[in-house]
Amino acid sequence: MSEMKRAPLVLGNKTLKEITDDICEPVETIPSKEWVALFLGAKTLFIFYILTIAVVVSTGMGLLGVNSPVGWGTMIITFVFWVGIGHAGTLISAILFLFRQKWRTSVARSAEAMTVFAVMTAGIFPLIHTGRPWLDFWLFPYPNQRGPLWVNFRSPLLWDVFAISTYATVSSVFWFIGMIPDLATLKDRAKNKIRYTVYGILSMGWRGTAKNWSHYEMLYLILAGLSTPLVISVHTIVSFDFAVSNLPGWHTTIFPPYFVAGAIFSGFAMVITLMSLVRIGFPKFKDYITIDHMEVMNKIIMMTGLMVGYAYGAEFLIAWYSGNDYERYVFMNRALGPYAWSYWIMIFCNVVAPQIFWVKKFRRSIPVMFVASIFVNIGMWFERFVITVTSLHRDFLPSSWGQYAWSMYDTFILVGSFGMFFTIFLLYLRVFPAISIAEIKPVLHVGKEPGGHS
Amino acid sequence: MKSKKTLGGMAGIFLEEHQVVAAAKRVRESGFIKFDAISPYPIHGMEEACGIKRSGIPYVTFAAALFGMLAGLAMTYYMSVADWPINIGGKPLFSLPAFIPIIFELTILFAALCSVVALFVVCKMPRVDPPTIDKDLTSHKFAIFIPENDVGYNQEQVERLFRELGAAEVKKMAEY
Repeated sequence: MSEMKRAPLVLGNKTLKEITDDICEPVETIPSKEWVALFLGAKTLFIFYILTIAVVVSTGMGLLGVNSPVGWGTMIITFVFWVGIGHAGTLISAILFLFRQKWRTSVARSAEAMTVFAVMTAGIFPLIHTGRPWLDFWLFPYPNQRGPLWVNFRSPLLWDVFAISTYATVSSVFWFIGMIPDLATLKDRAKNKIRYTVYGILSMGWRGTAKNWSHYEMLYLILAGLSTPLVISVHTIVSFDFAVSNLPGWHTTIFPPYFVAGAIFSGFAMVITLMSLVRIGFPKFKDYITIDHMEVMNKIIMMTGLMVGYAYGAEFLIAWYSGNDYERYVFMNRALGPYAWSYWIMIFCNVVAPQIFWVKKFRRSIPVMFVASIFVNIGMWFERFVITVTSLHRDFLPSSWGQYAWSMYDTFILVGSFGMFFTIFLLYLRVFPAISIAEIKPVLHVGKEPGGHS
Repeated sequence: MKSKKTLGGMAGIFLEEHQVVAAAKRVRESGFIKFDAISPYPIHGMEEACGIKRSGIPYVTFAAALFGMLAGLAMTYYMSVADWPINIGGKPLFSLPAFIPIIFELTILFAALCSVVALFVVCKMPRVDPPTIDKDLTSHKFAIFIPENDVGYNQEQVERLFRELGAAEVKKMAEY
């Protein structure tokens, strides 16, 4: 039996100690100029974002472009965008773990971190969108003095509250549990008291005995198994926010799979964006996050891009096939109406642009994939814009048609959210080991000497 | 924390993965039962070498998932049907299909969090300042520890055994 040759997952002949040193280096050294520059930029944007939110919350939602008939705007669009970004992290860390895809190891930690931070960024939007964020605790069913008046469990918006909060909790726990052995490594390497204490507390007294590893690996498997249906349920429920209503363009059964595919598509694009930057910022990581890894992710981008493209086509076909005039009108209006520009930006960025990955040379070129991933990110934001705005702005009666009144605050909120995400992500890169030290060591010999480790 | 009697023993430190797996096998065959192997990452085959039984965490997960599911069902039923029934769009008070997302999320939430708590309990975590046999055990070295209360523990014998198995260093630990 001939065996398929596997590409090595870690480049260079590294010893275990070298791996530990390489991965701990960004945490234990003075930040580089590039990192400081990026951090100052992101942090400034983050402060600007906080101020924008303060103005929007104190003045009111009227500052944004939402109106009648377009009652859902930037807040909801960008919320769905960020939640979608998060999904690739769980796909890499949980689903690919269950499928025993060993290449996931080197990117899993950062992808998982991306998930947690993207969900944090996303979670703010619906909370502000309520208009009175100081009353947001009303979203949870707690005993109150108004009856008690309970929440309406039949509402998809409430399902979302449960889905997003569960997703945020479980992803954070999964991420942190995965990090405990590495935090113990950092503790043992600590050169000063503060560092020792902080990482000592975070590592919770982890020692790495065989019994502990046995339980730990079991827990990791269980969390992966639980996260897998969870991540699919989360974006399914997000799509229910739209699909359960009766609005033409939203009321379709294709939404759950279409949203999940789109989420993975956009999330992988964000992973490529971030990993390209990480490879530049920490050159030593190039041996761990190799071009092979990037190529595999680009293949997934291309495949999910085709799935999203198929969904765009299927929606049109079904709109025509349904024979429903309103449904047909919404889709013709998307492609040819006042928001046609956004529709064609979406088609270009999501369906046309990823096709360059058919060429192997482009799949393996960092500059090409970086630009393509930015295109996909833009395209996926526009997908949510198209879904939200074009369906709302012209529904049944022409007398109630209107346009979304995009304001500068919409721009500020959208751009500012990237400041929040990147600030947290950059801090993460310097505080936690960005590649799993304990997980990369067992796959060290994959694709190296023949017949090596099992 | 000090109430517990500290337990000492001998630790052999190894530099290679295959050495520590072989050593664990030999130590087990020599009749020791309370020994433990320490490694910076999970080693394939170590559980068999040490004779560690399959982890019981899945049972906790299952029980917690079941509890979460029933809690979700009970909560939605109590709040929507029993405590304050409200007619919303003429839908039945007990609209089970609409409650399923909530029940599902609570199932996952309980299962995940309880499994994590179970790990902490079985691994006796969090633990303040666990004794460090060697600082490199979380990076690139491996160790076998035999506590002094183990069956047939004899310091010289254990030391000889570790040396024989290729230990780079043998340490006497006052506390484990």
